[in-house]
Amino acid sequence: MNTHAIRAIYAFEMARTRRTLLQSVVSPVLATSLYFVVFGAAIGSRIAEIDGVSYGAFIVPGLVMLTLLTQSVQNASFGIYFPRFIGTIYELLSAPVTATEIVIGYVGAAATKSVVLALLIMVTAAFFVPLQIAHPFAMLGFLVLTAITFSLLGFVIGVWADNFEKLQLVPLLVITPLTFLGGTFYSIDVLPPVWRAISLANPVVYLVNGFRWSFYGKADVSVWLCLAITFGFMLACLAVIWWIFRTGYRLKS
Amino acid sequence: MEAAIEISGLSKVYASGHKALDGIDLEIRRGEIFALLGPNGAGKTTLIGIVCGLIRKSAGTVKVFGHDNVTSALQARKLVGLVPQELATDAFETVFDTVSFSRGLFGKPPAPAFVEKVLSDLSLADKRKSKIMTLSGGMKRRVMIAKALSHEPTVLFLDEPTAGVDVELRRDMWNVVRRLKAEGVTIILTTHYIDEAEEMADRVGIIDKGKLVLVEEKRDLMQKLGKKRLTLELAAPLAALPDELARFDLQLSADGSELVYSYDTRGERTGITALLSSLAAAGVRFRDLRTAESSLEEIFVSLTGRQQ
Ligand SMILES: Nc1ncnc2c1ncn2[C@@H]1O[C@H](COP(=O)(O)OP(=O)(O)O)[C@@H](O)[C@H]1O
Ligand SMILES: [Mg+2]
Repeated sequence: MNTHAIRAIYAFEMARTRRTLLQSVVSPVLATSLYFVVFGAAIGSRIAEIDGVSYGAFIVPGLVMLTLLTQSVQNASFGIYFPRFIGTIYELLSAPVTATEIVIGYVGAAATKSVVLALLIMVTAAFFVPLQIAHPFAMLGFLVLTAITFSLLGFVIGVWADNFEKLQLVPLLVITPLTFLGGTFYSIDVLPPVWRAISLANPVVYLVNGFRWSFYGKADVSVWLCLAITFGFMLACLAVIWWIFRTGYRLKS
Repeated sequence: MEAAIEISGLSKVYASGHKALDGIDLEIRRGEIFALLGPNGAGKTTLIGIVCGLIRKSAGTVKVFGHDNVTSALQARKLVGLVPQELATDAFETVFDTVSFSRGLFGKPPAPAFVEKVLSDLSLADKRKSKIMTLSGGMKRRVMIAKALSHEPTVLFLDEPTAGVDVELRRDMWNVVRRLKAEGVTIILTTHYIDEAEEMADRVGIIDKGKLVLVEEKRDLMQKLGKKRLTLELAAPLAALPDELARFDLQLSADGSELVYSYDTRGERTGITALLSSLAAAGVRFRDLRTAESSLEEIFVSLTGRQQ
């Protein structure tokens, strides 16, 4: 194992985050916190509790998930796309590093950053809404697992994209809508049966519900199913990455 | 002794259908400076790209110190440093950080003192804390060289290292190359400055349209294929070439002050004796004479049939 290489890639990516602290940390934390101010402090009291949880608190896991998903994808995709774009990828391709080492470096850094962001958002949320965490270890487990899974997805997108527009495409057109429709702001049990059934095809429903269960001990769907789907998605991403490195897709001519 | 690089039957057909390399066989000896010459589009960058793992080959094998560069890619790559033709650097990192990054990427433990030395050899010492984007193009190229040297490669590829760089960088670079050679590093460079190959290389390969046209010791090559020129500085300028001298391959300079005689060093006789007695007979006297070997450039043109 080329641990020096993993460390070099990881440190390089984390340095990038530090340089852009305002844009990469402060801004997402602030943006998400606005939801807590509005729904928690301002109008939350006028909305009925869901399963005995105040509305402001109910939406926290979903909003944390939203940030976790979009930030993981954005970070990891940018991390590998940028060297391709400016040509410095030559060094990575000529270095004695395995696909596993490259992925650990890039995906590890992206996931670290989005987990830190998620924790910051939760701390901020605690100021505005009555937050409780019933299963802290499960909560951390879901957090890390989801961060890694979506950073893997981001890595795939960063290899696939051949312009900046495509890089933004998936977070904006896929992840954000799926998260908003995936029970972040409501329990899918309140939906008419047809829409509830359709919602069950949305993978984010399972991510949000698994995560919410770790906070309030309640979920619209089985926690084990949530875990299984997250793992399944991770394996799918790993398979695609394995294929990318085996064929040199978009990396080597 | 095992070759530094052993290439056999190497071919590359790009997705576009273009055949960039066509059955290349080439052995690079340990510790030599090998210059690969060829016109634009000959396949030099493709060849380097395949050896370094940036481009997938279509057929053939490449071995670096006996390690196949695909099946034992990690062992092979550890030994190889690359300075690509195109300028490509990070922007926001500092010079020191980016060079240290390269060292780590190649699996070497941090060695700040060594990195400092590489930087100062390339006159980058005072730029170590500068962000790369603030550097000039020439400085960025120095950074790319420093990155390649940071991991102490055994084999170094320099793809057109001096194309479009200033005189100082050229000089610094050749100093670095000479020192690396003295340390036993094998160096493969492509260049279209033929005088550079002539000055630096131990052996020269000429590639054209994806095929190796020739590989020779530089010295042998210049002797074997080289023509020599004998230049006579005349005591008094001539208006025209006297008829008695018409049978010789002579050229009179525009101002009539010099006569240039071209002859083949491979020939049985050079014709110099005959020329000199004919000159005396015609009453043409000269003050001084000099000879010059023809340059690689002429050899190159005669082999590929075109100007670079
Ligand atoms: N990615 C590519 N796809 C298709 N053709 C390519 C690609 N890269 C290079 N070529 C072609 O292959 C030939 C060799 O290119 P190259 O190796 O860069 O030559 P050199 O370095 O000797 O100038 C050229 O005709 C070039 O146009
Ligand atoms: Mg080239």
